[in-house]
Amino acid sequence: MSTKVKKMLFILSKATIENAYAAFVMANGARMEGIESEIFFTFFGLEAIQKKKLEHLKVATVGNPGMHIPTMIGGLPGMEALATKMMKKEMEKLDMPPIDEFLEILTDSGCKLWACKLAVDMFHLTREDLIDDLDGILTIGDFYSRADQEGCQLLFI
Amino acid sequence: MIKVIANKEIEVNDEGYLVDFKQWDREVCECIAGECNVVLTEKHYEVIEYLQEKHKKEEPLSIRGIKKSGVINIKEFYNLFPGGPLKISTKIAGIPKPKSCI
Repeated sequence: MSTKVKKMLFILSKATIENAYAAFVMANGARMEGIESEIFFTFFGLEAIQKKKLEHLKVATVGNPGMHIPTMIGGLPGMEALATKMMKKEMEKLDMPPIDEFLEILTDSGCKLWACKLAVDMFHLTREDLIDDLDGILTIGDFYSRADQEGCQLLFI
Repeated sequence: MIKVIANKEIEVNDEGYLVDFKQWDREVCECIAGECNVVLTEKHYEVIEYLQEKHKKEEPLSIRGIKKSGVINIKEFYNLFPGGPLKISTKIAGIPKPKSCI
């Protein structure tokens, strides 16, 4: 039996920029290695594929020990925006594309992008609210059927 | 290690990438492409020249760079070098495997 990973399925459930990038970098990295990849956007992860919101994802400054700032200070007005600006600057230095361009790269690379039907209904979204490149809106059952093959891994982010 | 490619003794690393670009020529290029199941066309050579040019200028390679290259778009790039385009194209171009994660 071959142990090679053939397909990676990511479930992005959070709207923070660091989580979105984690999913995008790994999904793109998979394609670059010749591995199939797909991302299922659910709950707050849907913000990363909403036309009006995807450019405004933020770093979590509260409840994030990795930021090394006290939670109360992290909660002050403007902290999130400041931390996000600094992180985006660092990302640009590493030639990391912004969210909209990254989604384009993923689509062009053959990575499939799916929205979760339940979350779309819950947030009262329509297909028009979501990026044009989206491959469709799926139920979790539909998504599992896409995982039904040997060498497939699912990752929840 | 030494590997015989196109009847020439070529020094490659353990992943099969050329160690010295000076040993690269079109015959070597075609042999490596064959091993990667790629049949080279003019478009492939255009991309290979672009990659070699970037390498000469010591500019890092990335998929974003390909998008901006003006030589090829990402979809075509994946079609020309299936199964890991940057990894395979750099091997054929005789330059090191890119270290970038993006």
